[in-house]
Amino acid sequence: MSNADWNRLKDNVFKYVGIACTFVGLLMLAIFLIDILIKGVGRLDWQFLSSLPSRMASKAGILPALAGTMWIMVVTAVIAIPLGVSAGIYLEEYGKKSRFASILEININNLAGVPSIIYGLLGVEIFSRVMGLGGSLLAGSLTLALLILPVIIVSTREAIRAVPKTIREGSFALGATKWQTIQHQILPASAGGILTGVILALSRAIGETAPLIVIGALAYVAFVPTTPMDDFSVLPIQIFNWVSRPQKEFHVNAAAAIIVLLVVTFLMNGIAVYLRNRWQKKVKW
Amino acid sequence: MKLKEKIIESLLFLSAAVTILTTVGIIWILGVQAVKFFKEVSFIDFITDTQWTPLFTEKHFGILPLVSGTLLTTFIAVMVALPIGLIVAIYLNEYAHKSFRKTIKPLLEILAAVPTVVYGYFALMVVTPFLQKFIPDMSAFNALSAGIVMGIMIMPLISSLSEDALYAVPRSLKEASYGMGSTRLQTSFKVMLPAASSGIIVSVILAISRAVGETMIVAIAAGQQPRLTANPLVPIETITTYIVQVSSGDVAHGTIEYNTIFAAGITLFVFTFLLNNISYWLKKRYQEKYE
Repeated sequence: MSNADWNRLKDNVFKYVGIACTFVGLLMLAIFLIDILIKGVGRLDWQFLSSLPSRMASKAGILPALAGTMWIMVVTAVIAIPLGVSAGIYLEEYGKKSRFASILEININNLAGVPSIIYGLLGVEIFSRVMGLGGSLLAGSLTLALLILPVIIVSTREAIRAVPKTIREGSFALGATKWQTIQHQILPASAGGILTGVILALSRAIGETAPLIVIGALAYVAFVPTTPMDDFSVLPIQIFNWVSRPQKEFHVNAAAAIIVLLVVTFLMNGIAVYLRNRWQKKVKW
Repeated sequence: MKLKEKIIESLLFLSAAVTILTTVGIIWILGVQAVKFFKEVSFIDFITDTQWTPLFTEKHFGILPLVSGTLLTTFIAVMVALPIGLIVAIYLNEYAHKSFRKTIKPLLEILAAVPTVVYGYFALMVVTPFLQKFIPDMSAFNALSAGIVMGIMIMPLISSLSEDALYAVPRSLKEASYGMGSTRLQTSFKVMLPAASSGIIVSVILAISRAVGETMIVAIAAGQQPRLTANPLVPIETITTYIVQVSSGDVAHGTIEYNTIFAAGITLFVFTFLLNNISYWLKKRYQEKYE
């Protein structure tokens, strides 16, 4: 075999290695999803969704955890969306060239890399202890809001940056002020992109476990929270609790709860991807 | 009108300033608690003692076993994620059809969207029993399964960022290589990889940082036994797992036992802070090179 043939052969072999590697992650995901479905889907019924946790695996349900997850999602959204979008607007429209803005940028970049459990340590001191919120839904939501803030800020900035200059200049030419331009032109034009980022950030928030354990969210909650000041549990903590037990029956419960959590997560990601595609198609500048 | 504009601008500014407050808050809290902690425990003991037993009657406060646990799981994860992620990046950049690339990238991103507690279940319930068939004396809790699964989780991070770096290499380099009669493989490894090396290094550093701070996979699958070892088959404990263990137990706030989580936290923060800043600095430098 000549040298060139040999090189061509190596080239082709690598192609198949590449395909194999590309699918290895997806294959693992598929194995895992099938395993979870086999183990958990039989346990998934109305009783499981509507019951309180219990010492007996067959009677236990995820109602308080599911309600807690929904609560966390809503309260976190209420706190994080206005803050994140405002900060994104400020960085992109107002403080672009200032020294403060460049400090902010480095800082946000840094915050995005801080492990989530460190946010838990921040939350347990500031929100739970100093502000006296304890292990309440509000303390958990505030902690998660800070955690996803960098994600929302970055996607807001990207969405605003995609709005062409001409729109802005047109608005100024008609005599609009800076805020009028942002409110009536920039924000509507970038809403799709911002929404996509917000949904992705929230889907990350409801999958978080560690910071909520640190602020003192409970593994066993026998009631559905009714106000943001109530104690709470969330699906990931319930799953963690069930996985950590030695009995097999609880592992089946964990698998069933994972199905519910994954359905919620994938649904949110799906909506975000759909919105992103629609928004990219519709707006052709 | 002017007043309204000013008010709005200051409100927006305040929102942006929240991010600064967050950083200040993190550093301040970790700092204050660490000072309290080091009043009772000598710093030398903290970094040299080889035992970590704050919850036992005979207390030792050596962070080394937790650090070694963290580094061990991180090392295994990177050993899994780096080769696979890099090959995927090269394949997508040089070999794959454009439409294939467009479909596969969002699919790989699904891997990063799965909650980590779910990966923990996967490591403990699927990967460990599977590996035990080949390695019978492997414990139910071990660094190997946790590390492998963590590697699968961070793989898309490496492949996606490395692919971006490869994509940013000027076309002329690639064309010159093909013009010399190189194959795709030769072009990838001898021209593209060296040219994109700083971007690839950035992706690896970010992946390491992610693995160091990852909590739930190791908390579920790697065990809760601080141990200074490089053996991937026995239970260990990482820094993050320890924080979870103390937080979910019934240790009273304000005690020295409880404050150990802040000492562990500041160690973790220093590691990830350094890694993130190195990657940020590299990224800025390499962006300048091509623009």
